[in-house]
Amino acid sequence: FPGLADVSISQDIPVEGEITVPVGSHSPDEDYSTLDEPVKDTIMRDLKAVGKKFVHVMYPRKSSALLRDWDLWGPLVLCVSLALMLQGGSADSKDDGGPQFAEVFVIIWFGAVVITLNSKLLGGTISFFQSLCVLGYCVMPLTVAMLVCRLVLLAGAGTVSFIVRLIVVGAMFGWSTLASTAFLADSQPPNRKALVVYPIFLFYFVISWMILTFTPQ
Amino acid sequence: MATADDLKFQEFDDAANLLAANPDATTISIDEPVEIPKNQHSRLQEPGREEDDELLGTDDSDKTELLAGQKKSAPFWTFEYYQTFFDVDTYQVLDRIKGSVFPVPGKNFVRLYIRSNPDLYGPFWICATLVFTIAVSGNLSNFFIHLGKPTYHYVPEFRKVSIAATTIYAYAWLVPLALWGFLMWRNSKVMNIVSYSFLEIVCVYGYSLFIYIPTAILWIIPQQVVRWVLVVFSLCLSGSVLVMTFWPAVRDDNRRVAVATVATILLLHALLAVGCLAYFFDAPELDIPAPIIPAPVIPAHNGTTVITKSH
Repeated sequence: FPGLADVSISQDIPVEGEITVPVGSHSPDEDYSTLDEPVKDTIMRDLKAVGKKFVHVMYPRKSSALLRDWDLWGPLVLCVSLALMLQGGSADSKDDGGPQFAEVFVIIWFGAVVITLNSKLLGGTISFFQSLCVLGYCVMPLTVAMLVCRLVLLAGAGTVSFIVRLIVVGAMFGWSTLASTAFLADSQPPNRKALVVYPIFLFYFVISWMILTFTPQ
Repeated sequence: MATADDLKFQEFDDAANLLAANPDATTISIDEPVEIPKNQHSRLQEPGREEDDELLGTDDSDKTELLAGQKKSAPFWTFEYYQTFFDVDTYQVLDRIKGSVFPVPGKNFVRLYIRSNPDLYGPFWICATLVFTIAVSGNLSNFFIHLGKPTYHYVPEFRKVSIAATTIYAYAWLVPLALWGFLMWRNSKVMNIVSYSFLEIVCVYGYSLFIYIPTAILWIIPQQVVRWVLVVFSLCLSGSVLVMTFWPAVRDDNRRVAVATVATILLLHALLAVGCLAYFFDAPELDIPAPIIPAPVIPAHNGTTVITKSH
């Protein structure tokens, strides 16, 4: 460093300054210190974020809000409610009935992890938890379908109810797949898009199948 | 340099020229779609792989050695190592599936399609699809067969999914492992011209299972004749892919060992198909009405009843 050759620091010049931490001041740094806010604010902020993401799934546009601030609260709530609603399925013997709570849980989470790994291995640029977040939130239409199916089944279990359920589940399956593809497709290399979309299709198909074949006791 | 023209590509000028200008440069493929280095080293790698351990000459062998090693040079605990197994595009996967369904007589699936780029995408997702297809089709077929009966209550039979998954994944991964071990062992005794890596064998097995997916869907048709015709047909197609792949690898061996190996491969494949058909799909009932008719009860005079049975 030729320019600094003639710079010298004398030993007896003290270095001085002031280090203070503003305590209790209402500066723009308020964001970073959320310890003092009321609990209601904290909870409402997170709830609003989750709610905003649900709205994004309902009207899928190519917005990056879902991707930027990921959270897994929504997927957890959806997964638990779907697994709970799939309980009480008919079972003559224990072996032949519908999926148990743990099985639904494992299928959804393990399936989402495998799909995420698949898209990352194929060269996708999305992060691990962002992808889990998107896949989990896009289960929402299918959860709605499950709710509708249970209501329809309360009215009866004949052919008409089956056709209604088939249409509802089919429509929601298409919606889920399209919504998640809209969010995830951009982060994939262009000549591998189909390779990434197909496992997502399979994932939602399996969940739709579990919903459609649910028969109450 | 003069070699720049030889290696000149349409789009990938830079990499080709740089590599031609400086053949000893290390080529590293980073995040972008690895079109450029792959085309380079797969072109150069093929002659290297065909003559397995033969030395081609100092420069060429150095280059092929270097680039052959480049493909899987990342240590196995990094993510990039596993990315090399998913280095396929959509059209390549579709080509490989097509090659497994329409086997060209005389052409080897591995040489023709895999060409030193085995992937794990195909085997994994074909097996997953097959698991769910068999489970869903079996469930549907049983539903249709038992539909009219008053005593039938539909059950989703979810347990069968895990059974199907275990069976199919075990077949698609353990049988190649055993076959690879066996071929390695025979290779140490008899020098074969053709030898396959473990991943290539997994690839062949995975893609050869694809034909069972439409077969499983067609098995919903509740006719035994149709089902068995389908079994034979799909067995012929996928079996021929396997035979054409593995016959060159064992034909230099003792005649009986070679024939026994190929026969075992086919037998296991047939066992998988027949086993799935038998376990997941109930036999369709015959159309003959039930032979036992409820007997009319004739009250006899002295209080005893005489029951007649008619068959």
